[in-house]
Amino acid sequence: MDGSLRSLLGRELILAVRAGGGAGLGLAFFLIAVLLVPLGIGPELALLSRVAPGLLWVAALLAALLSLDRMFQADLEDGTLEVMATAALPLEGLAAIKALAHWLTTGLPLVLAAPVLALTLGLPPAGIAWLVGSLALGTPALSFIGAIGAALTVGVRRGGLILSLLVLPLYVPTLIFGARSVDLAANGRDPQSAALLLAAVTLGTLGIAPLAAAAALRINLR
Amino acid sequence: MALLVENLTLDRGGRRIVSDLSFAVEDGTALILRGPNGAGKSTLIRALAGLGQPSAGRIVLLQAQKPVDIADQLAYAGHLDAVKPAMSVAENLRFWARFLGSAEVGAALDVAMETFALGPIAQQPAAMCSAGQRRRLGLARLLLAPRRLWLLDEPSVSLDVATVATLCGLIDRHCETGGIALVATHTDLAVARKETLELRPPERPAPGTGQNGLVPASGGAMDPFLAENIG
Repeated sequence: MDGSLRSLLGRELILAVRAGGGAGLGLAFFLIAVLLVPLGIGPELALLSRVAPGLLWVAALLAALLSLDRMFQADLEDGTLEVMATAALPLEGLAAIKALAHWLTTGLPLVLAAPVLALTLGLPPAGIAWLVGSLALGTPALSFIGAIGAALTVGVRRGGLILSLLVLPLYVPTLIFGARSVDLAANGRDPQSAALLLAAVTLGTLGIAPLAAAAALRINLR
Repeated sequence: MALLVENLTLDRGGRRIVSDLSFAVEDGTALILRGPNGAGKSTLIRALAGLGQPSAGRIVLLQAQKPVDIADQLAYAGHLDAVKPAMSVAENLRFWARFLGSAEVGAALDVAMETFALGPIAQQPAAMCSAGQRRRLGLARLLLAPRRLWLLDEPSVSLDVATVATLCGLIDRHCETGGIALVATHTDLAVARKETLELRPPERPAPGTGQNGLVPASGGAMDPFLAENIG
């Protein structure tokens, strides 16, 4: 089973960087969305640094959403999902690997790019450190919650929109605690409580999402 | 090993597709599923593969008189070929070999490529394959890791004559080595140890009437076996 999981992860990463795979799409969206904001609300650094935590988190959340709808869809369309579902590997493992691959190709680049963007918005250094930390803690939850939505809408034509409607409300706790921890740190206060709650949301999601996504896949494969 | 199907009833989208079907297949046998479009061949194969829950009845795989998990023994090839267009032919096969737990990935790959004549197009992206080449790539998956139970849904579609012969040879060899194959097809496959099961669409309105969808085409030879195993 180990070999199956590893081969699956490798394949996901290869497919993500090949044509039409969508790796980098989320990152590009993140960069553009954040860089558009000063153009919209003006270059006043005091204002920008005040809205930066929430802004960066909302942009990261939308960027993570962007490539979710292909998580299972492509495999359903070419029959891969059926073959995988009939193999000995449990669907829970499949869903977990898919979500992990999504995080590696979408969430992780956001974490790495965030400090640069935070600088352009004038976020104080303490805030930048916690921005990276909170994104690293919180973006896995975005991928894993997203896997539930992707599994539920896998058979739906143009399911991307329904997927967003399903998933965005579930992103609320992650957004609140993530942005709050950065905000607290940027204002020189202790962000620990918000960060702990953020970690709790992520841990809970990591546990529940593969089970929920696998159950949804089973229904959709009938 | 034996595959037993008892009083199987399958519904799809609220419609009864297969009703009260019973049959048994012993190892070394290729069971050819026949029937007009809509008779439930694909639905039956999918149900045997574990895709979809039967509404009634059960499916049991017996090994040495004990029920075993079908998923460990199963190779399924459906209408779609499970081929990734963005990867090359060789990459597709290598992934499946690893995913299915092939013991010797390199050797298994060579055998599969050789059998289905995929060598010349090994480095070609699968997106460039013709329908027949893609089907060959899909069927080559059967050779990557040994499985006792093959479930093939119209495997000969878009294959050329020579490859159909190759496929029949493979099914024969699979049965000779103690495997079971269930093949839904409309063409005549020259398979040595075959039995035939005719499916026909249940008469509507069928739900609940217990109409038997099975016409025993190869005599009643299976019945004593059924009686022995199910009692």
